[in-house]
Amino acid sequence: MRESVDHLAMLRQQLAWIAGGERSVEVARFATGHKALDAALGGGLMRGRVHELFAAEADDSASSLGFAAMLAIQAALGGPILWLKTDEAERRGGGFHAPGLAELGGDPDALVLGLAPDAKALLKAAADAARCAGLGALIVECWGKCPVLDLTASRRLALAAEQSGMTLFLLRLEAEPGPSAADTRWAVSAAPSRVLEANAPGPPQFEIELLRRRAGPSGMRWRLEWDRDRLAFNEPALPGAVVPLPSHRPASADGLRLSA
Amino acid sequence: MPETPLAFTEKVKAALRLAAVDQAATALGLAAGMTPADARARVPELIVFDRDEAADRVWLERIADGCIRYTPMVEVDSPDGIILGVTGCAHLFGGEEGLVADVEKRMAELGMSMRHAFAATPFAAHALARFQTTEVRQLPVASLELEPEATQGLLRAGLKTINDMAARPMAAIAARFGGEAAQALRHLLGEISRPITPRIKPAPILAERRFAEPVARTEYALETLGELAAETVRQLEQVEAGGRQFEAAFFRSDGLVRPLVVETSQPTRNAALVVRLFEERIEGLSDPIDPGFGFDLIRLAVPVIEPLAAAQLKLEGGPAKDAEVAALIDRLSTRLGRNRVRRLVPVDTHIPEQMQLALPAVESCVPVAAWPVPEPGEPPMRPLHLFDPPQPIEVIAEVPDGPPYRFRWRRVFHEVRRFEGPERIASLWWKRRDGEVDRPGLTRDYYRIEDARGRRFWVFRHGLYDEKPDPGWYLHGLFA
Repeated sequence: MRESVDHLAMLRQQLAWIAGGERSVEVARFATGHKALDAALGGGLMRGRVHELFAAEADDSASSLGFAAMLAIQAALGGPILWLKTDEAERRGGGFHAPGLAELGGDPDALVLGLAPDAKALLKAAADAARCAGLGALIVECWGKCPVLDLTASRRLALAAEQSGMTLFLLRLEAEPGPSAADTRWAVSAAPSRVLEANAPGPPQFEIELLRRRAGPSGMRWRLEWDRDRLAFNEPALPGAVVPLPSHRPASADGLRLSA
Repeated sequence: MPETPLAFTEKVKAALRLAAVDQAATALGLAAGMTPADARARVPELIVFDRDEAADRVWLERIADGCIRYTPMVEVDSPDGIILGVTGCAHLFGGEEGLVADVEKRMAELGMSMRHAFAATPFAAHALARFQTTEVRQLPVASLELEPEATQGLLRAGLKTINDMAARPMAAIAARFGGEAAQALRHLLGEISRPITPRIKPAPILAERRFAEPVARTEYALETLGELAAETVRQLEQVEAGGRQFEAAFFRSDGLVRPLVVETSQPTRNAALVVRLFEERIEGLSDPIDPGFGFDLIRLAVPVIEPLAAAQLKLEGGPAKDAEVAALIDRLSTRLGRNRVRRLVPVDTHIPEQMQLALPAVESCVPVAAWPVPEPGEPPMRPLHLFDPPQPIEVIAEVPDGPPYRFRWRRVFHEVRRFEGPERIASLWWKRRDGEVDRPGLTRDYYRIEDARGRRFWVFRHGLYDEKPDPGWYLHGLFA
């Protein structure tokens, strides 16, 4: 399996070379900050691609929305973010609350919200926005089955994003994965957070699964924790009382004795 | 075949009366003010409708908009008149007679008949058109439009026309018939005048094209719009300004007009962009522009302009990128509606749902407050999505004053594992409508909670136990 993937990648490279130097083989990526995840993706998520995020269950919608917002903050690097949704999404998922974005480390002034009356108008607006290279990131929120978002529509979005170099996060909530031209596809679910003092919930944690990836293996799962101060994801500490080991010297006899 | 007589009714003091009758009904002796029963007794075939004042007004406004072709000074003279300030405009239509002929021709195409009068002041024109005399002094006293009792008083005193009144000293009229009568008389005699308040403010930049033959093809009309856009851009360049709003008006040969407005978030002098926005606008119309018998005048106005100096593109492409985003916002606002593409602006308050204001992104605004800055190291204290209104939930709490133990939202039970709170948010008692300071609104106790699966919610209890016997619980927001 691994072999065929490499082979395919090589063939693609050759094709790109034949088609002309328009398409650069080296694509820009942005690192998520989670070491294992970045290593598996070859340095992070690709810019100028469509990334599909599915809510693992209906109740994970809010977590998926938050996860998309965090990825968009990372991808945009302070540039403008456009968030497109429908009227129905506003009703089901609630209205956007800008102080909440500031709490995640984003800049609400860089955000533009677009409300489409229906899914068709939403996709049309998304196709226009995907062509705009000035945007830092685009989030398209689709609720339900959304039959207008078929393979053709998603390929159109993918091509537009590839040409403009703008990263698109396609949020699919209460939906089943279908054929699409997305670069990666993820299932996002909420995970219990780290306990702070007095049993308070800590920073948001997620359990994500790579459902599909165009150029590479899939099926892995990771646990991520958002660190607002670094604007990056962390590998969460294991639950329970854990004694931190000093990073600049090997685990000493003291450390061993403590853990014993 | 004679036309069926037609009348409109309205309620006057709880009794139905005829409000307006058509020409066929007038010829049969019917008049406004009769009861429908009397009118039907005389003319059994009379057709009667309820009067729709709102529709009348809309129709009058549409006709008034169409009159912009003659002069920018157009005023709606409710309920049934339009006043045009034609000083310095009439010669363009071959004098006053030519102007009247043109208006009459267009009104006939719409199936409307009209009466008109020329006068030096709007008051005199108003009265002359309604009483169909040429001389102000020959007008009956009813043209003063006073209360019925006052008019009756004037008639009893033997004053039948304006001339009779004008012959008397003004002080005597004011003393006997009231200041209103004297004021109305002064208006009619032209001693007091008033300026016409134009319905639409004349735009600073304007380009128009008149056609000898009406244009029936929409494509050609759009092509003309492109040429007009180029013309306005040249005018804008001369004054070093850019347009924030563009208004295209397609005047149909029957006198109606279809105005289309597009807005840009930054002042622009880009003709291609303006045309593209108009195409977007036309595409988004629920009913396409109907040329009818054709357009005979197309006008592009720039009502809102802002200074815009010639810009130089930077090598690193900063402004070019900003311009791309601005163009995208303009396109989406034009297609989806200006209120559907928004930016969020902070508001200085502690009530969560009032902390932001969603303003149209095409408007430029300077924020007066700043977004709250989170403390480093703390988890998010405010949710990313907020329900408006908050959704009621069923809560079981261990102690009445404590945090929820489990709750039900959208028919699903959630077991609370971690919580933080309460964060007490009091109401704005100083904004109470009844102004009673000793009875403030309910306090909310907010809890940040997480259920067994890791979903994070923001819930609150509406009211303390000493404020309300059985306070309700609501889910206000969802954390990431």
